[in-house]
Amino acid sequence: MNPFIKRYLDSRLAVFGLALVLIVVFASLFGHWLMPFDPDAQDILQRLKPPFWRGEEGMHLLGTDALGRDIFSRLIAGARVSLLVGVASVVISGAIGVTLGLVAGYEDRYAGRILMAITDIQLAIPFLVLALAMAAVVGPSLWNIIAILGLTNWVQYARVVRAECLVLREREFIQAAQTMGISVPMILIRHLLPNVMSSVIVISSLLVAKMILFESSLSFLGLGVPPETPTWGTMIAEGRNYIGNAWWVATVPGFAIFFTVVGINLVGDRLRDLLDPRLRQVES
Amino acid sequence: MAVVFGVSLAVFFLIRIGGDPSALFLPPEASMEEIARFRHLMGFDRPLVVQYFDFVSRAVQGDFGMSLRYEQPAMQLVLERVPATLQLSGMALALALAISIPLAILAAAWRGSIVDRVSLLISLIGQSFPAFWLAIMLILLFSETLHMLPASGKGGWQNLIMPAIVLATYSTAIITRLLRSSMIEVLQSDYIRTARGKGVSEGRIIFKHALRNAAIPTLTVIGLQVGALLGGAVITEEVFAYPGIGRLAIQAIANRDFTVVQAFVLVMAVTIVTVNLLVDLSYGLLDPRLRKGR
Repeated sequence: MNPFIKRYLDSRLAVFGLALVLIVVFASLFGHWLMPFDPDAQDILQRLKPPFWRGEEGMHLLGTDALGRDIFSRLIAGARVSLLVGVASVVISGAIGVTLGLVAGYEDRYAGRILMAITDIQLAIPFLVLALAMAAVVGPSLWNIIAILGLTNWVQYARVVRAECLVLREREFIQAAQTMGISVPMILIRHLLPNVMSSVIVISSLLVAKMILFESSLSFLGLGVPPETPTWGTMIAEGRNYIGNAWWVATVPGFAIFFTVVGINLVGDRLRDLLDPRLRQVES
Repeated sequence: MAVVFGVSLAVFFLIRIGGDPSALFLPPEASMEEIARFRHLMGFDRPLVVQYFDFVSRAVQGDFGMSLRYEQPAMQLVLERVPATLQLSGMALALALAISIPLAILAAAWRGSIVDRVSLLISLIGQSFPAFWLAIMLILLFSETLHMLPASGKGGWQNLIMPAIVLATYSTAIITRLLRSSMIEVLQSDYIRTARGKGVSEGRIIFKHALRNAAIPTLTVIGLQVGALLGGAVITEEVFAYPGIGRLAIQAIANRDFTVVQAFVLVMAVTIVTVNLLVDLSYGLLDPRLRKGR
């Protein structure tokens, strides 16, 4: 077996985390075959039924919501949205942050200073405040949310990548590349990028977890994915109104978010321990 | 100062990223003449540079324009709500520190013990909860089921307990984790070994020698946590219907009251910049080496 995988599997917690992540990935890829009901099918006669309720068309494993929709099926449909938003926004953040970090770390006279000024500005506005205001201006849609999350979370990448580049730049292999007349974009992509990849992977894995939490928060506030799409955040928001007589409607999707995020965090922590122990300090 | 300038730019362009800002303020059914009159009234028909300087010169006087809904100056509306949010965030921060500091110290001192495992578990779970869901679960437990605490509003101290717990959760997790790992790192350093060799008591080593050095990176994160706390306050206030600036901002967004949103973002940014400046200044108190050259 590959030694890296072997070392990963040494930690039981990390294996547990990976299992949770794989369940969510499986649910979002093959959800259509797993759903016992149409997640959007309403049935007013079957509204707010508790978990394990036997309806006319089968068992509602996790009960039904205020419109009589099957919560288990909606949970599976929501997994896809959460994962899509989490991964897509991290890809955008990573692309922006890594590019800026590489450039600013290699040439820190102007680019580096400008970048640090921008990151200071962005750190002065709480992410959630910025995202809320932007979401309010551009309006809720799946792609807007992905863009907003992507555009507001690249700072950590830029800072870490820049710090690493400042050190790498002085190493012999980079100086050799410069002497050989290799072009700057080539040096950045072929020589610097591979050396910062382990940090990038670690940041990305932990950021996916954060993005999923952010997306659910925005959707909960009605500023995220439009309410007709089933997402965990909107399911909680809808269930909140029935908390007194139907506790499961809001409780169940919360556990889905919680276990997904715990799983991703466990995987991220393990990757951090294995790939880049120094990153333990870089946490905000 | 540069940061505040940048934030002012961000706030200015915030309502303009979607194109014509009058579309945000006016209902969709507004007629062309109404739009034209409104644009002229708000100055949106002038060049961007002129608009920006106008915005800044008013903003430094605290004038963000009138709230379109409440017919009060936007800044006044925001400032009226600030004390409530500060009270909530302050309590949450105090709670987070009261839990995380002792926990992290014990975890680092007895590495690998039960306390250490508990601290790791708390920091993992604490940063994996959606705050709004935790809030609803607390309401379900303490208000709906046990009838011990009020579910919403502002009044006595009972109204602050659940919001403060919710808001403190994430910060507790982050601070515990960071202080623990800094303590462990410091405890392995040479001067600690020397102190141990000299026969200094373990308690004195931890509190006098290690904690002081581990406090510096932790303080930076606490400074950053203030931003997270104020951001998190938006959601917490919304769920508990707690009348702070966060709830005001959500309502302003729902009402398309963007002068209030702008004032809110700027107040947030100035608060965070100030806190981080105080954090920077306090490094000197903790570490005499950092006093030189300042």
